[in-house]
Amino acid sequence: MTLRVLVLLILALVAPLAQAADRFIVVQSTTSTENSGLYGWLLPQFTAESGIEVRVVAVGTGQALRNARNGDGDVLIVHARAAEDAFVADGHGVKRHDLMVNDFVIVGPRTDPADLNDSSKAAAALKRIAETGVIFVSRGDDSGTHKKELALWRAAGLDPTGDGGAWYRESGSGMGATLNIAIGMDAHTLTDRASWVSFGNKDDHVILVEGDPALQNPYGVILVNPEMHPGVRAGDGQIFIDWLLSPAGQAAIAAFRVNGQQLFFPSAR
Amino acid sequence: MGDAIAEAFRLIAVGDAALWEIVSLSLRVSLTAVALACLIGLPLGALLAIARFPGRGALIVATNSLMGLPPVLAGLLVYLLLSRAGPLGPLELLYTPTAMIIAQTVLVTPIIVALSRQVIADMHQEYDEQLRSMGITTTGAVLTLLYDARLSLLTVALAGFGRAAAEVGAVMMVGGNINHVTRVMTTTIALETSKGNLAIAVGLGLVLMLIALTVNGALMALRGTQGVARHV
Repeated sequence: MTLRVLVLLILALVAPLAQAADRFIVVQSTTSTENSGLYGWLLPQFTAESGIEVRVVAVGTGQALRNARNGDGDVLIVHARAAEDAFVADGHGVKRHDLMVNDFVIVGPRTDPADLNDSSKAAAALKRIAETGVIFVSRGDDSGTHKKELALWRAAGLDPTGDGGAWYRESGSGMGATLNIAIGMDAHTLTDRASWVSFGNKDDHVILVEGDPALQNPYGVILVNPEMHPGVRAGDGQIFIDWLLSPAGQAAIAAFRVNGQQLFFPSAR
Repeated sequence: MGDAIAEAFRLIAVGDAALWEIVSLSLRVSLTAVALACLIGLPLGALLAIARFPGRGALIVATNSLMGLPPVLAGLLVYLLLSRAGPLGPLELLYTPTAMIIAQTVLVTPIIVALSRQVIADMHQEYDEQLRSMGITTTGAVLTLLYDARLSLLTVALAGFGRAAAEVGAVMMVGGNINHVTRVMTTTIALETSKGNLAIAVGLGLVLMLIALTVNGALMALRGTQGVARHV
């Protein structure tokens, strides 16, 4: 009896919070697209056109992929090509589409203690960082940026993880938190350009290395496979993907500006 | 810091619609979680205080330890429960305010149980003989003690509210910090910090403190009038 009253009371308290089941989809996403304000620009345009609300969970590529492997999300927007292909190959995703690109940059103190500014090659810059022993902050969180950073170290023929704690520090955090740490330590870090340009706490840090083709940062969009995860809102998710890849969606991506600068370049084919 | 204080005043003065949306969701989630935790925790705490049964000591140690449950662990457990791959997946509760309430209830209930148990146990020592002489049942004793201890228990509820309103790990994980849907004060502070907007982040923090102050002040006032009424 008491138990039944308790259950009823709990239901009464929680019920008003149950969301009216409008049309919506959940997008598991990397953080750069959210933090730079791209979604704030893009999604209202899509919602106005389609009537579908887009709910973004911005967590970093590694966690986004893991959440989507549990079926928690309808669409993925991430940037780690190998992991994306594995996701689709394992049957969790229907198909990966090119969405847009930008690039990674290495940021560090304006004084440039490791003398990186004259090197346009990422691998050469990382070698110099390792040789001089200036502090480098790694995401260390299995995100898209972290995977890219590890690939760049491999390309430079180095394995810095052995020096963990000395000059190589793993923050285990998102891009923004890692940037805050790097700035606090007067250190270097790898970041995507969108996160950097829109970051508000740059202090005396600047871009030291950019323009290497190895620093390209392609973003992909994937519909989570409804055959593997029956709860997926595949219809509305596909409508969103179709819009992103359409001329209208691609033009909207190209038109997004932060401080007058274009941060994402459409790449749908 | 000056920037942050200016930002806090600006946020309040402008009456920013986005801010109030976030504040009201924070209050709805945390107050509901505390109410649920009290519904579950107060009777349980009182029962633990006065009833004698095997395993009682272990249960007390367990609830006391659970007061230290890391929010991010509570969030992870509730995520695994509510994930589409989890046992309650079909309910589609992940990334909703309801999921956040569940996670915070998990966090707050042990605090309510442990602290109310102590309050009631102290009071029970005083009342024991009287209750016994009146031949009152355990249920009756629980209700009587809870009623008579209501002012102290208000402080217990406030401790629970403090825990709920302050945590970020659990609501971030099960709510997802979705704009207009599950974004609350603490997750907004984390987001603005990650964008490097430190003044806005601290400004929001000050607003959060102001809310905590208001809630505590309101309850203190309530408690004050109650206390006076009792002594008239």
